[in-house]
Amino acid sequence: MIPLSWYLVVAAALFFLGVYGVLARRNAVAMLMAVELMLNAVNINIVAFWRYVSPEEPLGVAWVLFVLTVAAAEAAVGLALVISVYRSRDSVVAEELDSLKY
Amino acid sequence: MYIEQFVFFILALITLLSGWFVVTDRNLFHAALAMMLTFLGVAGLYVLLDSGFLAATQLLVYIGAISILIIFAIMMTRRLMKTTEPAYNSMWQGALLISVFSGAGLVYVIVQVFGMSNYLQKPDTSDAVLNGTVVTLGEWLVSADHLVIPFEVASVLLLAALIGSIVIARAEK
Repeated sequence: MIPLSWYLVVAAALFFLGVYGVLARRNAVAMLMAVELMLNAVNINIVAFWRYVSPEEPLGVAWVLFVLTVAAAEAAVGLALVISVYRSRDSVVAEELDSLKY
Repeated sequence: MYIEQFVFFILALITLLSGWFVVTDRNLFHAALAMMLTFLGVAGLYVLLDSGFLAATQLLVYIGAISILIIFAIMMTRRLMKTTEPAYNSMWQGALLISVFSGAGLVYVIVQVFGMSNYLQKPDTSDAVLNGTVVTLGEWLVSADHLVIPFEVASVLLLAALIGSIVIARAEK
């Protein structure tokens, strides 16, 4: 007997943990990790709505599968960028990556 | 039925506590390990939502692949392991305020809309329908009436990400 709102509250809390991580962290890798938390929160929401509203059609599951695909691509490209930036600037702290600013 | 609620609370506690460590731990390696625990908690929530297929996918893709990739990145950039630097930028109080207030607003809306009367329990879907989800999903992913175009686009996206990340991360000659 778990109401749908419990899942939504947990997902909202996880999402805003991720928002805080993206806004406050200095390391680019830590920001990427916080983005992964936000994607997971969204996935919880999608699966919960699928199970409670329309469990007959697998559209919700398919959607989560596509989100997973995009998350994997995002993680691969993001970490490649981090490694490339580290090679050229010797740092991955977001505040020090300001060469476009001046 | 109370057992289900108890399991839900344990899983939610694991997910949110380890999520808190992901965004606050100074040592990034510990944060990455906490992130694996968060993914495990989310997989448990998927099981509770009768979607064992997604739980298995979560284990394979997130815990098996993405976490390992992130740990590799942490170890290849050695300054990340140093714990003496400040973990947060100068605006972290503002970030905390923004996230707490937006989160509280979202929870308020959820309680207003779903808290009292809507969807208080799962619909009684038969096991046959739930177990058939994966079969139907497999058919949908390759059927021209449903999802074959997103499926193909996703494979092109993965190929592009594969080639792109190799080209971006390759050492310059």
